[in-house]
Amino acid sequence: MLEKRIVVCLDVKEGKTTKGVRFKDNIELGDPVVMAKNYYDQGVDELVFYDITASAEKRGIMIDVVRRVAEQIFIPFCVGGGIATLQDIRAVIMAGAEKVSLNTQAVKNPQLISEGAWAFGSQAIVLGMDAIKDPSFPSGYRVVVNGGRTPTELDALAWALEAQRLGAGEIVLNSIDADGTREGYELTITRRISEAVNIPVVASGGAGQPSHLEEVLSTGKADAALIASMVHFGDYTIASIKKDLHRAGVNVRMI
Amino acid sequence: MAKNHTIGIVDYGAGNLKSVELALAHLGYSWLTSGEASKLASCDKLIIPGDGHAGSTMEVLNKSGLSDFIKSYYQSGRWILGICIGCQIVLDGSDEAEVACLGLIPGRCHKLPGGPGLKVPHMGWNVCVPKNEHFAFKGVPKEASFYFVHSYYTKPVSSDDVIGISDHGIDFASAIGRDNLLAFQFHPEKSGPWGLKLLDNFLGAQ
Repeated sequence: MLEKRIVVCLDVKEGKTTKGVRFKDNIELGDPVVMAKNYYDQGVDELVFYDITASAEKRGIMIDVVRRVAEQIFIPFCVGGGIATLQDIRAVIMAGAEKVSLNTQAVKNPQLISEGAWAFGSQAIVLGMDAIKDPSFPSGYRVVVNGGRTPTELDALAWALEAQRLGAGEIVLNSIDADGTREGYELTITRRISEAVNIPVVASGGAGQPSHLEEVLSTGKADAALIASMVHFGDYTIASIKKDLHRAGVNVRMI
Repeated sequence: MAKNHTIGIVDYGAGNLKSVELALAHLGYSWLTSGEASKLASCDKLIIPGDGHAGSTMEVLNKSGLSDFIKSYYQSGRWILGICIGCQIVLDGSDEAEVACLGLIPGRCHKLPGGPGLKVPHMGWNVCVPKNEHFAFKGVPKEASFYFVHSYYTKPVSSDDVIGISDHGIDFASAIGRDNLLAFQFHPEKSGPWGLKLLDNFLGAQ
């Protein structure tokens, strides 16, 4: 039986891991390669590296990080942030990443999803989506871009279905309302999207304790749960979270 | 086991070969990645990796002469490992495309049926339970999981060719083999320490 995945997200700025609350007030946490290896040894199922480097000329640092991660960890990992062209996708994949996550650029240019899926396969193309509660939209959630700062006219559920149609192989659904709060995932939209699409949905934003993961993987019907602060600050380990999930009856990979 | 022999990685222009190369480097083996039969012919073992479509994969293998090369390599008695699409094409054919595959193991690939709560592609970690003791799984615990990404599954005609079984709505063969041929539906190079152990066992095969 397919196991529920625990995915750790590392925000990387100019080659260093950082973490902020609601995309603000970032603090530096360390070398992403060292952190990735540590989570790999603990039994994490997948990693996401999100490049939040602002300046274009320092983007090359991320490719070097990807290369060094690929030499040391032998599980799938995804890279997102600032990927705007097929060449960007190719560079990340050729450096050893399994997948790329397209977010703002996919909204600006949806063809990037289909072109990426055609060139590298759907399994390599992840739609990253930031959603915020907005009752004026049909699903009750609106897509926002640019790290949550810019609202779009896209409905979250409709965009998920469109991305699947274009060839996305997975969706990372991040709740802007819940992100960084540590008060639990946004269950409602996670469940709605997960039940509507036939590709895996990774829930993101709001994890603060293992019971939050259990909720989103069972009630929220997510295929995977993304965490960051819970493990970055040493409150939990991957092993301790998996032990709790296993005890709660969630099927997870034990190593 | 001496590690001074060379592993040939079949490059048919699709899929990500990088992770296989890095796994071999990590295990201390040298490799040669090529799409040319003449270069791969001298390799001590062969790996057919990849993600992809059965139709386009066979088209490239047929055009480049790699299909015939792989068949003769198999006849030579040297070890071959197929991974993911490289596992599916060792059968006679696939429902994914109207094209003859390599036919090294009698059987066909069918689409996973899916169903409520069962998404297709089958993507993520799942167990592969060996039917009997097998050298590839030596030292690997029964509950070990491996990383899968696929929509089609292999169905060999003879259960003797089935090495390990996984479950995604239905039980399917996720590790198959015959003689000097071994094939995994999952990606051992992306399956953590136990995946690397499987690879290492294959690389050490006599």
